[in-house]
Amino acid sequence: MTDQQQSLEELQHIKRMMERSSRFISLSGLSGVMAGLCALVGAWFAYDVVNPSGLSSFDARTYHRDYSLDTVKDYMGHRLFTIAVATFISALVLAFVFTYLRSKKSGVPIWGTASRRLLVAVAIPMIAGGFYLLREIQVGNYGLIAPGSLIFYGLALVNASKFTLGEIRFLGYSQIILGIINCWMLGYGLYFWAIGFGLMHIVYGIAMWYKYERNQ
Amino acid sequence: MNNPIENLNKIFDNRIRLGIMSALMVNEEVNFNELKELLNITDGNLASHIKSLEENGAIKVYKGFVGKKTNTTYSVTKAGEKAFRAHIDALEKMIRLSK
Repeated sequence: MTDQQQSLEELQHIKRMMERSSRFISLSGLSGVMAGLCALVGAWFAYDVVNPSGLSSFDARTYHRDYSLDTVKDYMGHRLFTIAVATFISALVLAFVFTYLRSKKSGVPIWGTASRRLLVAVAIPMIAGGFYLLREIQVGNYGLIAPGSLIFYGLALVNASKFTLGEIRFLGYSQIILGIINCWMLGYGLYFWAIGFGLMHIVYGIAMWYKYERNQ
Repeated sequence: MNNPIENLNKIFDNRIRLGIMSALMVNEEVNFNELKELLNITDGNLASHIKSLEENGAIKVYKGFVGKKTNTTYSVTKAGEKAFRAHIDALEKMIRLSK
């Protein structure tokens, strides 16, 4: 082996070790696909609730009206809220299962410095967003909930991209853009949710699976 | 121009020590088990390479506890960081020479 080849291999080894030690790379593309499918199923159920009563127009009407804490309780008890929670939990569980399987296969432990940092990076924008959206519900700005959740989720993904597969930032950018557009198209939140949380996750998941896991 | 081979550091002339340094360059601190998993080697093997890096002043060792378990973490020293960067530069020059 020539000196040049050896040097190149050593640099590649250094790069690989830096990557592996600082990022959580077991995140499976199939997790994204599953989360996306859950979101689409959730949106389908939500559409059933929203459509007959015409919540989209309800969105616009109640926009900017003052509401007391009672509305938050109403909101929590609403069928839409139940659907949202069920969707979130099933997406999270399924996403975890596929990432757990991949981490077992690649022999990298799922809980370590890298995954801890990833979790913190995701949690900060998500928790901040959660408080902000809770307040939006309190003051009755229902129309801003869908765009708000898309924007905060997108920011969380962009933040997370430093600690896992870097491509996830593109998924983040798309959520942020959808959220911003939705801000000026109030009342169409469910459609933006279905595109952002559903379709975009599936597209991202398939692309990541194709790029990293297909040949494993 | 000097021959870049002279700048290649003998301490880093080993895949495992190179791996340890790479991990420490991008992480503030890494513990023993994480290094073991990253490099996929035995305790004894890892310990001997860590010792030689420590003796050369490239890394620092912190012995601590998590509960009752010992938790030994490692981080790179200023000198170690400088030497590692010089080593990477030298590797790069070696490749450039061929073109």
